[in-house]
Amino acid sequence: MSIDTPTVNATALDPTSAAAARRDILHKLLMTLGPILAALVIAGCILLAVGVDPLAYYGYVLEKGLFSPLGIQQTLTRMAPLLFLAAGLIVAFRAGTWNLGGDGQFLLGAVTAAASAPVFVQLMPAWLALIGSFLIAAVVAMIWSLVPALLRAYQGVNEIITTLMMTFLGTSLANVLVKLVFRDPGTTVPQTRTLPVEDRLPRLFDTTITSGLLLGLAAIIIVHLVMTRTAFGLKLRIVGANPRAAIHAGLGVPGLTIAVFAISAGLAGLAGAVDIIGVQGNVRADWNPAYGLAVIPAVFLARMNGFAAIGFVFLLSVLSIGGESAARRLGVPNHFTLVLVSIVLIVLALAEYVDHRYNQSRKA
Amino acid sequence: MGSLSSLPGADKRDIVVLEGVTKRFPGIVANDSIDLSIRPGEVHVLLGENGAGKSTLIGMLSGLLQPDEGRILVDGKLTQITSPRHALALGIGTVFQHMMLVPALTVAENLLLGGPWWQRPRTEELEARVAEITRSLGITVKLHAKVSELSLGEQQQVEILRAMVRNSRLLILDESTSMLTPKGIDELGTLMRRLVEQGLAIVFITHKLKEAAAFGDRISVLKLGRKVGEIPSERFRALGEQEIISEIVELMFGKQKDDPEAVECPIRTICVEAAPLLQVADLAVAPTDNTPGLSSISFDIRPGEILGIAGIDGNGQKQLAEALAGQRVATGGSVRLEGTAIEMLSVGERRQRGLRYLTDDRLGEGTVGTFPVSINFFLKQVGAAPFWRNGFEQRAEIDKRAAQLVREYDVRTPSLKTPVGRLSGGNIQKVLLARELAEGAKVVIFNKPTYGLDLANTLASRQRIRDTAARGLAILLISTDLEELLSMCDRIAVIANGALVGTVENVDDARTKVGRLMIGLAA
Repeated sequence: MSIDTPTVNATALDPTSAAAARRDILHKLLMTLGPILAALVIAGCILLAVGVDPLAYYGYVLEKGLFSPLGIQQTLTRMAPLLFLAAGLIVAFRAGTWNLGGDGQFLLGAVTAAASAPVFVQLMPAWLALIGSFLIAAVVAMIWSLVPALLRAYQGVNEIITTLMMTFLGTSLANVLVKLVFRDPGTTVPQTRTLPVEDRLPRLFDTTITSGLLLGLAAIIIVHLVMTRTAFGLKLRIVGANPRAAIHAGLGVPGLTIAVFAISAGLAGLAGAVDIIGVQGNVRADWNPAYGLAVIPAVFLARMNGFAAIGFVFLLSVLSIGGESAARRLGVPNHFTLVLVSIVLIVLALAEYVDHRYNQSRKA
Repeated sequence: MGSLSSLPGADKRDIVVLEGVTKRFPGIVANDSIDLSIRPGEVHVLLGENGAGKSTLIGMLSGLLQPDEGRILVDGKLTQITSPRHALALGIGTVFQHMMLVPALTVAENLLLGGPWWQRPRTEELEARVAEITRSLGITVKLHAKVSELSLGEQQQVEILRAMVRNSRLLILDESTSMLTPKGIDELGTLMRRLVEQGLAIVFITHKLKEAAAFGDRISVLKLGRKVGEIPSERFRALGEQEIISEIVELMFGKQKDDPEAVECPIRTICVEAAPLLQVADLAVAPTDNTPGLSSISFDIRPGEILGIAGIDGNGQKQLAEALAGQRVATGGSVRLEGTAIEMLSVGERRQRGLRYLTDDRLGEGTVGTFPVSINFFLKQVGAAPFWRNGFEQRAEIDKRAAQLVREYDVRTPSLKTPVGRLSGGNIQKVLLARELAEGAKVVIFNKPTYGLDLANTLASRQRIRDTAARGLAILLISTDLEELLSMCDRIAVIANGALVGTVENVDDARTKVGRLMIGLAA
């Protein structure tokens, strides 16, 4: 996966470049949508092989995830945390940092938000309480990323390993916190105190869609603009694309590395907070939706482009909401959504390889 | 050998002949039409500095690389050496610079690697064969010792033994002495002599003159991808060691006839009274595992002056450049720019004050290959006005200035958006020149500014450097090409093992003096 820089436009030196640019966009579209269609066909064959009518499956997915009024509202609500996670991953991946610890950071953010929000709403105005909870969630997630960040920045320890290990610890710690520290004494089920519905993030208009969706959209668009348009984003991209060039150019690579971890983890923590404060209201013990890992393919498919990521996160939401319903009706396991997404990724990688080989042979 | 040798000049006795072999890598001509003949019973020394093209040549002989032009004859027959396995089958065994043994296995197991997977390893057969070979060579090899327990010299013997077990007729030793003790080097010399006495051909690669003279029968000198001379075996025998060394020095550093690069050294007048722009005193850098340190480096450069740093590659040149630029931590000494101490400042602050470093590693650290040309002009100014305002990129300003620089420095690029990695080496160098020399430069460090460039770009870069000095800047020119230094510098300092061993005014006999300093003789 190459990190391209699609937004850096320069004045065209040759007149044919406008047509070339259009052809380029068309080519990119084809290279993205083609593999998705191919993946749907392959996944359909797998469904056929296990005795399920693929058309019925896809039909249910679309009906529930996209076309039914209730379904589309659920889909859009699901997007809120996914968008925050995607924003965090875009920062990290563009800076060449493989933060795969999203789930641990997400859950710790969720638990701290769930623990703090019911307390805060009794002490201060609701809006301030929610902001406070968001902040605490982000800070806790940032602190959780500090160990991999420091190891990466000063010792060069591979962050893929450390973030994955920290995510195991993080999910367990979140569980322990729910069961031992923040447990709601009023219920028998191990869960945190529930935030009253009226204190949660408001819903949009007369729907069930959470306003967290708007926050998520804002987050990912801001991240995209920061990464592509600002000096800070360019510095992060230089570190990602060629760390030695970053040192040569005099950038403070360790500091930037820690900043990347902090931003990425902070956004994952916010994802947890927005899911709790907007939708769930509390955290049950052993709750782990594993959004962090599910979002990674969507970010890759979008080539770390924020706007494209919104589209793919939407698709992922449709698939996961629709997939849940289709799973109930057709007896296909819920996880088939993940199978579908991974088939898309593999086909995409193959398409990219073939395209690259074709370009090479055409040049030669 | 029975086949017809159809080529004139190719001796029937030659095992391998290279004819006009050329190999190019992106932006670099690594080997430029090289002729070489390798005979049994001879140690053929390939002498040249790092980057002279020795490793590329070995790569082609051992089947790792394919030549772009020219041909390779094995036993007089045109042959394409397609893979290392094929090379071994042809009887060409290579002992690479870095050990290629599995440390956790025993010597015997290492020797048996590469046999057919469906057969049980033939240990007894191997033992008999090894005993035979070692007896004739007068070495002892502990077959059942683990490789990790052996010294580097012993490991090398195992590698040579491995080539022998596989019936090699031609043994290539790539920088084999670089990791050995003096005693180990002598033993290797004796071993090579015994091997050639048995009728083997040996290609011995080194950049050390003494070894070349002591162990060789025939010497080919490579310089910047070209073969600049050969001392044939008849002549070799007739000369004494000192004569050979001085002849090699002449070949490596001497002026060649019709050299298009040779330019009369321009006479510049430097105001001797002017205060030095850059003053370096007792600069020291600690050595690391794989780089030499620096010790007590001191020099001054006045405005308009070009100070050259000559020396065999890898003697601390890069460390010197990096320590001056602020990329590498200095353990002592002072660096003054216009009289102000800058040794505690960061890379960015030093640049701000006018110290510029043009790296020799253009794609590795000089640029971000996937980023467009326009952004690469400003990699060292990210966030600075007018190209960024309040942290936001001003695309119009960037493009305007980039277009200007592209014109001014004659960068040949399809567009400003083109990823800089797609440009040729010469054009990438122009991007770097533009970036470092544009506004505000006072002292510029050039590290191997023409390395790997073609002739036109080489000459253009040199002219650019001269013009820069003429504008009154102080220039530190680090180069392994003595010709380049002689044609450009006012003074030439020689670096060896991380210390300056002498400084020579660039007048009449500078060539000899610098050459002598470079090989460790007093000027």
